[in-house]
Amino acid sequence: MKQGLLVDTGTVFLYLFCGLLPFAAIAYFLATRKTFSLKFKGQTFHSTSGSYGWYAVVWTLWPALAASLLAAVLSLTGVAHVPGSALVAAALALAAGGLAVGVMKVNPGLRARNIVEGVIVKLLFAASLISIFTTIGIVLSVIFEAIQFFEIVNIWDFIFGTNWNPDEAVVHAAGAASESAEGLFGSVPLFAGTFMITAIAMLVAVPVGLFSAICMAEYASPTFRKVAKPTLEILAGIPTVVYGFFAAITVSPMIVQAAEAIGLQADYTNALSPGIVMGIMIIPLVSSLSDDIITSVPNAMREGALALGAYRSESIKNVVLPAALPGIVSAFLLGVSRAVGETMIVVMAAGLRPNLTMNPLEGMTTVTVRIVDALTGDQAFDSPETLSAFGLGLVLLVFTLALNIVSLLVIRRFRQQYE
Amino acid sequence: MKFANSLSQVKKRKRRDRRFKAYSYSAIALAGAFLVFFFYNIISNGWTAFQQAELKVEVTYSEEAMEMGNWALSEEMSYLVSRGYTRLIPVRMEEDKTLLGTSRQEWVLADSEVDQFLKGKPNRLSKAEKTLITEMKSHGQARLAFNTGFFGNGDSKLPEMAGIWSAAVGSMYVLIITFLFSFPIGVMTAIYLEEFAPNNKFMPIIEVNINNLAAIPSILFGLLGLAIFINFFGVPRSSALAGGLTLSLMTLPIIIISTRAAIRAVPSSVREGALALGATPWQTVLTNILPLSLPGILTGTIIGLAQAIGETAPLLIVGMMAYIPDAPGDFTSAATVLPAQIYTWSSDSLRAFTERTSAGIIVLLAVMLSMNGLAIYLRNKRETKW
Repeated sequence: MKQGLLVDTGTVFLYLFCGLLPFAAIAYFLATRKTFSLKFKGQTFHSTSGSYGWYAVVWTLWPALAASLLAAVLSLTGVAHVPGSALVAAALALAAGGLAVGVMKVNPGLRARNIVEGVIVKLLFAASLISIFTTIGIVLSVIFEAIQFFEIVNIWDFIFGTNWNPDEAVVHAAGAASESAEGLFGSVPLFAGTFMITAIAMLVAVPVGLFSAICMAEYASPTFRKVAKPTLEILAGIPTVVYGFFAAITVSPMIVQAAEAIGLQADYTNALSPGIVMGIMIIPLVSSLSDDIITSVPNAMREGALALGAYRSESIKNVVLPAALPGIVSAFLLGVSRAVGETMIVVMAAGLRPNLTMNPLEGMTTVTVRIVDALTGDQAFDSPETLSAFGLGLVLLVFTLALNIVSLLVIRRFRQQYE
Repeated sequence: MKFANSLSQVKKRKRRDRRFKAYSYSAIALAGAFLVFFFYNIISNGWTAFQQAELKVEVTYSEEAMEMGNWALSEEMSYLVSRGYTRLIPVRMEEDKTLLGTSRQEWVLADSEVDQFLKGKPNRLSKAEKTLITEMKSHGQARLAFNTGFFGNGDSKLPEMAGIWSAAVGSMYVLIITFLFSFPIGVMTAIYLEEFAPNNKFMPIIEVNINNLAAIPSILFGLLGLAIFINFFGVPRSSALAGGLTLSLMTLPIIIISTRAAIRAVPSSVREGALALGATPWQTVLTNILPLSLPGILTGTIIGLAQAIGETAPLLIVGMMAYIPDAPGDFTSAATVLPAQIYTWSSDSLRAFTERTSAGIIVLLAVMLSMNGLAIYLRNKRETKW
């Protein structure tokens, strides 16, 4: 039914574009013609002829488009299904009617330009609402499915449980329905894996990124900076699937060999390799944000420190960095949010086994890996495993949103202080 | 404090100062070294995939070969030639009836194991087969030729037949949808926020929201695409339409942010000049501000699209990792994209696919780097300096 609907709307759209656009063109033509003939008779108009043309176009389009939108809403909510052919006929009739009204309303006193501009501004406003709707859409889609998930699985078991094994839940569902899915959706191992890999990534990204930023902002010559900055940015532009492949094929075997050399045992899907590679990916994020902040620390502070006899490094460590600390913290938080939500690297290199361990050489799985795994399998859409993806997605959303907002607030505070 | 003591302290401070500077330069060197190692690694893994082994064999188009392609080849060759080639022999004979009863020497696609052997990589050929191939090579009957199939074929279960064509077409479809949705809406939003938005309490919400959208993990956009576009609006799963719509929401903030920056860079004297000549606000935007900020807008759009072309996670969620041997015909049929193809190949156990994965990555990186290069070129050459 829903599949049919789309094909239907597709053809309807085709009709609209073949039917409505010619109507609009006719409306523009007729309205401008009308103003020309009246002007010829010596009347003066409020606006230019083109404005009246567009005014007629607006009148032609809005009744038809409103009707189509209404029909689409009705079909989607399942109140009534409007057959495509009827809709097209109705839309074309409305367009013809609107055309007639629009052209008739054209007269010298009409403030066509103001009306048309008002419509344009409303359209622009509507476009700017799309981004709001996107956020709302993400929040709603995640929350609705997550609520369904938490109806099946106790929320406290989800947060504090240490055993993640959705396959068993499927067995339960197939067998006795009375059996609860208790303990099988314990998310602690997933979060442990996520934080382990994030911590490793930040251990790589923060020192390298921060020192690169210090180098570029304080030491480097303009030419060096001009080359180094875009080169670092390349790291951020490499697709994550490529990093994932690199982590799985090149870095993991290297780590296994290195671990063997010092007498340790490492899995091929260890937590270390995605962590390191993810850290490399985040270096440019940390460095470019910190760089911006460090360069916006007022020069007077630097010079003051140097005038008191401090070495360059001492002025950086004792004056510039403390002043830039809010910005660096915000860069760190954004880096963490990026690492927590990163998917492809961990999907390809971190493994699928939920594992509660402190050893980064063992395989661990993360929240994002389980989301991908749950949604790319062939379970029914309302199975607990599929829904669990949305439960995990909700946690991910809340966490990253909180990090982003905190980092935004921190950086705003910094800007107020120095700018 | 004694003089000698403070002198040694100064020396210590000086050493520390030098060390700090060295650390900062070595951080950049480290990142640069990684970049070099990374590209070296990917290219050395992948460049061999641009060549493919071919064998010169006697093909006999007999009656039996009509039934089963294997019969057209000698027995030992039928193990070394790609099954993808032999399978097609009956089809070709059906199309060209004159082939029947003839026999000739042809360069044909070799099996992936032969290919790996000729490239000096680990393979599963037997010792006898290896000597045979070496002998054929010394007689000029085995060669590595440019791999046209890699660019012209779709995905295949046989590594020697697998190519990126269907994924490239899928990527193009997705990119078209992404552009069609995100560009107009993004530019309109930016124009509204910069030129028309009233100064009320609602506007900061939109602004914070756009900045937030840019930082939301991409996988959550996949969840949105699955729940809203596929389950609610009934867009077909795995289609370029579903993927493109999802990616357009991700690209939107990038386009909005860069368009706003470009519009803000237009000096207000331009705006005031147009208004003073009697232009309406919208006419000012359309005839003065947009043309002047267009290079900046295009730069941002290209960067956004380059990011979209490498995005994988949300597309996996909306099902764009299906096995697609043929290029999709339209926006609603099942499709796959380049990064998703790379992902599926990388998880294949056959070694010959590793090489193809790297080659796919080289193609993807080349496309992305040239898009970014175009964006930088546009920014440097076309942007007006005020």
